[in-house]
Amino acid sequence: MAVRKRDPLTGHETTGHEWDGITELNTRVPRSIWFFVFVTHLWALILWFLLPTWPLITTYTKGILGIDQRDEVQESIVVANAARADWTDRVDALPVADILGDGELMARVTNTAHQLFGDNCAGCHGTAATGGPGFPSLADDDWLWGGDPDTMMETLRVGVNAGHPDTRVSQMLAFGRDGILGREEIRTVVDYVRSLSGAAIPAERAAAGAEIYAANCASCHGEDGRGSTELGAPNLTDDIWIYGGDAASLFTTVHDGRQGWMPTWEGRLTETERKILTVYLQDIQRKATQ
Amino acid sequence: MMRLIRILLRPFSKFFEFHARTHYRAERHSMALTIGIIIAAGVGGFVEIAPLFTIDETVEADPHMRVYTPLEQAGRDIYIREGCYACHSQMIRTLRDEVERYGPYSLAVESKYDHPMLWGSKRTGPDLARLGDKYSDDWQVRHLVNPRDLVPESVMPQYAFLLDRRLETDSLPGRLAALRAVGVPYTDEMIASASADAAGQANPLTSAADGVTERYGDATAVRTFDGRPDRVTEMDALVAYLQILGKLTDLPAQIQPVAEE
Repeated sequence: MAVRKRDPLTGHETTGHEWDGITELNTRVPRSIWFFVFVTHLWALILWFLLPTWPLITTYTKGILGIDQRDEVQESIVVANAARADWTDRVDALPVADILGDGELMARVTNTAHQLFGDNCAGCHGTAATGGPGFPSLADDDWLWGGDPDTMMETLRVGVNAGHPDTRVSQMLAFGRDGILGREEIRTVVDYVRSLSGAAIPAERAAAGAEIYAANCASCHGEDGRGSTELGAPNLTDDIWIYGGDAASLFTTVHDGRQGWMPTWEGRLTETERKILTVYLQDIQRKATQ
Repeated sequence: MMRLIRILLRPFSKFFEFHARTHYRAERHSMALTIGIIIAAGVGGFVEIAPLFTIDETVEADPHMRVYTPLEQAGRDIYIREGCYACHSQMIRTLRDEVERYGPYSLAVESKYDHPMLWGSKRTGPDLARLGDKYSDDWQVRHLVNPRDLVPESVMPQYAFLLDRRLETDSLPGRLAALRAVGVPYTDEMIASASADAAGQANPLTSAADGVTERYGDATAVRTFDGRPDRVTEMDALVAYLQILGKLTDLPAQIQPVAEE
């Protein structure tokens, strides 16, 4: 080095900088620093050979260990699935009723299903599965397409009005907008529909409404208004309404029509996951309706 | 240990001495030091970034990868304008929990036509890379109008005003041309009819809708995304964009089939 001045007190070299008589010590880099510099460089050198590191022109060094993040994640999923196999195999094999009766298995199913439901279903059906305006409640025993386990599995698989080739299809026609019924006719049939679930209306209005109902609504909702799980037509005789059961909401429904939508889950969830959700919903329904 | 290190480093003593001397000199000349720092930092960039353009396997090959339609691209611009990327990422990492929650991990080819990419690393809300077709258009609109109507615990802001803002489509040919300049394969025809295609995709009743499927494929979603056929709003564009997320190619699902347990 060019500067060889030494500080008289410590004996260290100084940098040669001086401010108002104060000089700056040029102390040696501590050994521990050199030690870590050496160790980290050595570590990097070893990893050059073990891991994919150096880019070449059209390829890169693959490393002795052949590590690939994509293979690793696939492998970790296989390992995790194998670790869960002790109970997921039983979920696959047992009928839903047997799973519901098995307390220990149900605890694991519920734990997993809670997360699956939160990630995939709660956005529409709510975290408590009670639905909301436009989205049916899953916590009661009123089902558009049927609430038995096999039907639920199928609904989860294909969706409703979804992109799946086997999707369930249903649509409430826009009776008013498309000119099938006039306003007064809609008001009359709405009153009649409300009378099905107990609202009191004059007898002649009920008769007129029944006539309009028989001609336009009965083919899907049934003569008695109990709906059809074949067609996904809701039951009109109970107190459960997806879009509201007051006169104004019903008028909108009949006038503009409705069409619900549920995605197909076949590409997103495995069959086991869909069965776990089915069991979970059966359990919720069982507890809610007890 | 120190002895061993010293012995191992001895052959390089000349180099260290040279390095120390040069550094000592450079420190006294700020410009020399600045240039040195730029060169040192540039080496990292050059070694890490430059080869990605010459290594073919960086981006997977997929001849079926489709470009964004003008309406989706307009929605993407709204997504950026509203800062959605600040809370939502669009990249599923190669980690088990990510794949189990969101679906197949993201591939480079999926953001091939994204300029700029919106991978992100901040998740106040969930990742959106596989959002397309997970919810209905109606759900998306209601959720954007007031997220708490559908998800009570949500902290997402409201975007109801998008329903009232007519989509500005006049600049779309220019925007598509700019994207072509950076490598998105839009044809002259696509650029010329961009404004009409944007309006057509949001209104299946008009003849302009036919041009969309003709140019961008039959699988293109042509719907009134915001539920209002009378006008093309920014809501139409944003929902059209959200519904295409993760659906430009089905390569990820082919590479990683849903792991059957």
